[in-house]
Amino acid sequence: MSDQPMFTHPPPRASRPPAAPLLPEPKLVDVVIDGHADKVPETWTILEACRHRGIDVPTLCYLENLTPVNVCRVCVVELAGARVLAPACSRRVEAGMDIRTDSPRVRLSRKMVLEFLASSVDLSTAPEAQKYAAQYGARPERYGPPAAPGTLETDRHVGTAQTVAQPVKIDNDLYVRDYAKCILCYRCVQACGSDAQNTFAIAVAGRGFDARISTEADVPLPESACVYCGNCIGVCPTGALMFKSERDMRKTGEWDESKQQKTDTICPYCGVGCTLTLHVQDNRIVKVTSPLDAAITQGHLCIKGRFGFEHVQQREPAGAESPDVKLPEGVSSRFKAR
Amino acid sequence: MDGIMDLHIHGPEATEAERAVVDAVVGEPAGDRRDLLLPALHAVQSRFGWLPQGALNCICRRLHIPPAEVYGVATFYHLLSLTPQPPTVVHVCDDIACRINGGARICEELAGRECPAHGGWKRSPCLGQCERAPAALVVRAGESPNAFVLPRTTSGAIMASLGSEEARENDRLEPLRRSAPQSGSPGLRLIRRIGQVDPESLEAYRVSGGYAALGRAFELGREGVVREVIASKLVGRGGAAFPTGRKWEAVAKAAVKPHYLVCNADESEPGAFKDRLLMEGDPFAVLEGMTIAGYATGCEKGFIYLRGEYPLAARRMATALAAGRAAGLLGSDILGKNFAFDVEIRRGAGAYVCGEETALFNSIEGKRGEPRNKPPFPVEVGLFGKPTVINNVETLVNVPPIILEGGAAYTGIGTAGSSGPKLFCLSGHVAQPGLYEVAFGPTLREAIALAGGVSSGRPIRAVLLGGAAGAFVGPDQLDMPLTLEGARAAGASLGSGVIMVFDDSVDLGDILARIAAFFRAESCGQCVPCRVGAIRQEELLARLRAGKPIGSRRQELALLQEIGQAMRDASICGLGQTASTAIESALASLDPVPEQGRPS
Ligand SMILES: Cc1cc2nc3c(=O)[nH]c(=O)nc-3n(C[C@H](O)[C@H](O)[C@H](O)COP(=O)(O)O)c2cc1C
Ligand code: SF4
Ligand code: SF4
Ligand code: SF4
Ligand code: FES
Ligand code: FES
Repeated sequence: MSDQPMFTHPPPRASRPPAAPLLPEPKLVDVVIDGHADKVPETWTILEACRHRGIDVPTLCYLENLTPVNVCRVCVVELAGARVLAPACSRRVEAGMDIRTDSPRVRLSRKMVLEFLASSVDLSTAPEAQKYAAQYGARPERYGPPAAPGTLETDRHVGTAQTVAQPVKIDNDLYVRDYAKCILCYRCVQACGSDAQNTFAIAVAGRGFDARISTEADVPLPESACVYCGNCIGVCPTGALMFKSERDMRKTGEWDESKQQKTDTICPYCGVGCTLTLHVQDNRIVKVTSPLDAAITQGHLCIKGRFGFEHVQQREPAGAESPDVKLPEGVSSRFKAR
Repeated sequence: MDGIMDLHIHGPEATEAERAVVDAVVGEPAGDRRDLLLPALHAVQSRFGWLPQGALNCICRRLHIPPAEVYGVATFYHLLSLTPQPPTVVHVCDDIACRINGGARICEELAGRECPAHGGWKRSPCLGQCERAPAALVVRAGESPNAFVLPRTTSGAIMASLGSEEARENDRLEPLRRSAPQSGSPGLRLIRRIGQVDPESLEAYRVSGGYAALGRAFELGREGVVREVIASKLVGRGGAAFPTGRKWEAVAKAAVKPHYLVCNADESEPGAFKDRLLMEGDPFAVLEGMTIAGYATGCEKGFIYLRGEYPLAARRMATALAAGRAAGLLGSDILGKNFAFDVEIRRGAGAYVCGEETALFNSIEGKRGEPRNKPPFPVEVGLFGKPTVINNVETLVNVPPIILEGGAAYTGIGTAGSSGPKLFCLSGHVAQPGLYEVAFGPTLREAIALAGGVSSGRPIRAVLLGGAAGAFVGPDQLDMPLTLEGARAAGASLGSGVIMVFDDSVDLGDILARIAAFFRAESCGQCVPCRVGAIRQEELLARLRAGKPIGSRRQELALLQEIGQAMRDASICGLGQTASTAIESALASLDPVPEQGRPS
C-alpha cells in the first residue's frame, strides 16, 4: 500500500438516484398538533408530522431504515378522545386528529418508560437514552438498588430492583454482545432479518422480563447463522452490540469520540459501491458505519465493508498498533468467497 | 418467509423417532406452512416430554424456519420445555381461587417430598378449574400421551398420579352437573344441555334442538343473519364487549379474500372457566355457532384456538368436528346449500397473552405470541393478514338462540343496555362454586346467593369481578347490578364473567401479590411499560407487605399509581393496560396491606 492511503480523498456522499416517476400526490389531511392546525400527507406517521413541525419526539426503537415495531413506547402521544396513548413512530395521521405531544399523561408515560429502562438496563453507553432520561426527569433510584435477575423470591432482596445484568458475550473477534445493556428494541433482530440482512441469526426468546435477544439455544455466534455483517451493531442504540475494537479501547480508556473524525468513502471491496463512514481516531480507523440515508446501503453493510478495515490496518507500516485479527471459525472462508 | 434466506442449522440431527413425530404433523408441506410450527412443537413435546435439539432442527428444515426463530417461539410457551423433563409433569395451580382453597398448602407439602424419577411437578397459574379448586393438571408424555385434570385435589393424589396409569373422568354428565349446578333447570339458554345431553353424540344434540338454527340461518341468508345479530345487540363475551353484529358486518363486506373465522377458546383469565364448560358440555353448540358465523361473514375456514391446558375440551371438540364432518355439517357443501366451511383446532401452549386476538393470530401463524399494534383491526388485517372475525366461545354459543328466537326478541332478555343471557363463573369462598346463567341484571348479592352464599358464613371481605384483569369491589358494593352499565358505573367491569368471592379470613395482600406475579409471568415482554412495569409493581407490593417501603408508604402508593398509569396508557395491549387495575382497586378502598406491614 502506498503512503497515500486510499481513504484520504473521499468522494462526495452518494445522493439518492433519480426519483421514480411521480406518484399521485398523497392527500393532505387536517390535524392539530399541540394546538396548531396543520395539513399533512395522509401517508405520514404522527412522528413525521411532529418532526416536520420541529416538535421533538423521543424515539428509541424507531429507526428510519427499519420497519417500526413500536415496542419501546417512549414516543407516545395523546390523541384527544382516545382511551390510551398512541405510538407516534408507527401510527399514521388521520383526518381530524388532535395530537398532544406534551400533555401530563404523555410526560408521565415517557418518564416511566425511561425510568423503567434506566432501572433495569445498563445505559452507560446509551447517550440518547440517558439524554431523554434526564430530560423527562426519570428517577430510577425510586425502585431501590439494582439486583441480579430472578431475585425477588428471597426476602433478602425485597427492596431491590431486578435488572437484566448478565455476563458479556465475547465469542468472536469482531464484535461483542453485552445484553446487560439491551433495552430490547428489536432493531438488531430486524436488521438481521427481513429489513436488511435476511440471515435471521438472532431472535427474541423467552418472554416477559426474561425476554432476550438470542441465537438458537443461545449458541455462540460462530455456531449460529451469523455472517458478521455488523448490521445489528449499526442499528443498536445502546452499545449492547459493539465493535470489539471500540470495546477494547473503552476498556483501556483510549476511546474518545471528541478526537474522532468521520470520513465518508466508498467501500473498495466490490463493485456495489457502498458508502462507508470511517470513524478515525489518532490516525486509526476505530469503527465503520454507513449513513442511514445512503442510497445503496441505507446504513447496512457486509462483513467486508464493516470489518475489513482491520485488514487494511494490519498491513500498515510496522510500528502502528494493529489489533490481532483472528476471524472466527468459518468466517475467513466466507470472507474470501464473497 | 423470504426465499433468499439460507438456513444455517447446527447441531444434532433428529433421531428416527423424532423425525417420525415431526413428519406426522408436517409431512411434506407445500408452500409456506409456518403455521404448522406450534402443532409440530406440541407433537414433539407430548411424545418426548421436552423438545430435543435434533427434533427442533428437523422442524426448521421441514418448515424452512431459521433456528433462532424456532427457539424464540419455543421459549415463549410455558407448556413447552427446552430442557429434559420427566415424562409425567403435574401442573399444580397456586393461583387465587386454588390458593384460598388449599392450593398453597399443597405446594408446600409437595415441596417437601421426593418425586419419582419419571415424574415431577410445577406451579401453574389458574388452570380454569376454579369451581373445582384446588386443581392440578397431569400431563403425561409418551407414545400414547395423555392429559387430565385432578379436581379438588390433595398432595397425596398428586403424588399418586405420578405413579399410576389411572386417569380420566369417564362419566360424561355427572362432573358437568356438579360444575354447572343449575343443570336441568328450566329457562336456560346457553347451558341448557350441559350435564343433560351427551356431549359426544351428534344425534343427542340434534334431538335436543341442535342444528335447527343453522337451517334457519340458511333461510335467512347471509345478510339476514348479520341483520339478526345486529338487532340482538349481542356484545362480545370475551371481555371487551364489542358489538358482535358490527364486527360481522365489517368482515362480511370486506373486499379482500379469503376471510377467516376464529373462535377464541384460549380462556386463561384467572377465575374464568365458562368457555371450558361450554366446550366440554355442549361442543356441538360451539360448532353450530361457528358455522353460522362463517356462513354470515363469508369464511370457508375457521379455527378454534383452544387453551393448551384444556385436554377434555379439546377431545370433545375434536369428537364434535369429526361427527360434524361425517354428517355433512362441515365440509365442501354443507347440507347441500353450496356453502363450504371447515374448522381446525389449534391448541395453545401455555400463554395467557395468546387470548389477546392479535397475539392469537401470531401464535397460529407460528410466530411468537406477541400482540400487534392496533389499528389495523382484525376485521381488516387479521389472521394471515386477512379480514378475520374473532369471537369468544360464549359469544358464539349465543348465536343459535338469536337465530331461532330472532334478534329483536333477544333484546327482551336482560336490560336495555345489556341484552341477553350471561354466564358467570362463581368461585372462591362460595358454597356452590360453578357456572351460572342469568339474564343480565341481577345484583352481585343475588348472584352470590345463587351460588349458595359465602361457604363459611363469614362476612365478605372483597369480590374480584372480571378476573385478574378486572377489579375488586368491597362488601358495600354488593347491590351493584350485573350489567355492563352497572359495572361501569361502579368503576368495575364484568370482563369475562368472573365473580370470585373472598371472606374475611383471606389475606388480601397475598392475593394481590399473586395477581402481580401473574402479570409479570404472563407479559409477553414486548413493550417496556408492561415488561418492566409489571415486575416493578410486583416488587413494590412485596416491599409494602414486608413493611420495608423505600421512602414513606405514601410515596410508595404514589409510585404504584404512576406505574399503573404508565402501564394503562402506554402498553401495547390489554394485558399491560389492565395489569394494575385489580391491585389499584384493592389499594384504593380495601386496605389490603395494613400500615404495620403484616396482614390482619
Ligand atoms: C391479555 C388478553 C387476554 C385475552 N384472553 C381472551 C380469551 O381467553 N378469550 C377471549 O374470548 N377473549 C380474550 N381476550 C379478548 C380478545 O382480545 C378479543 O377481544 C375477543 O376474543 C373478541 O371476541 P368477542 O368479541 O366475542 O368477545 C383477551 C384480551 C387480552 C388483552
Ligand atoms: S452481524 Fe449480521 S448476521 Fe450477524 S447477527 Fe448481526 S445482523 Fe445478523
Ligand atoms: S441488542 Fe441493541 S439493537 Fe438489539 S434489541 Fe438490544 S438494544 Fe436493541
Ligand atoms: S402490554 Fe404486555 S403483553 Fe401486551 S404487548 Fe406489551 S408487553 Fe406484551
Ligand atoms: S420509538 Fe415509537 S415505540 Fe419506540
Ligand atoms: S384453577 Fe386454580 S385458580 Fe383457577
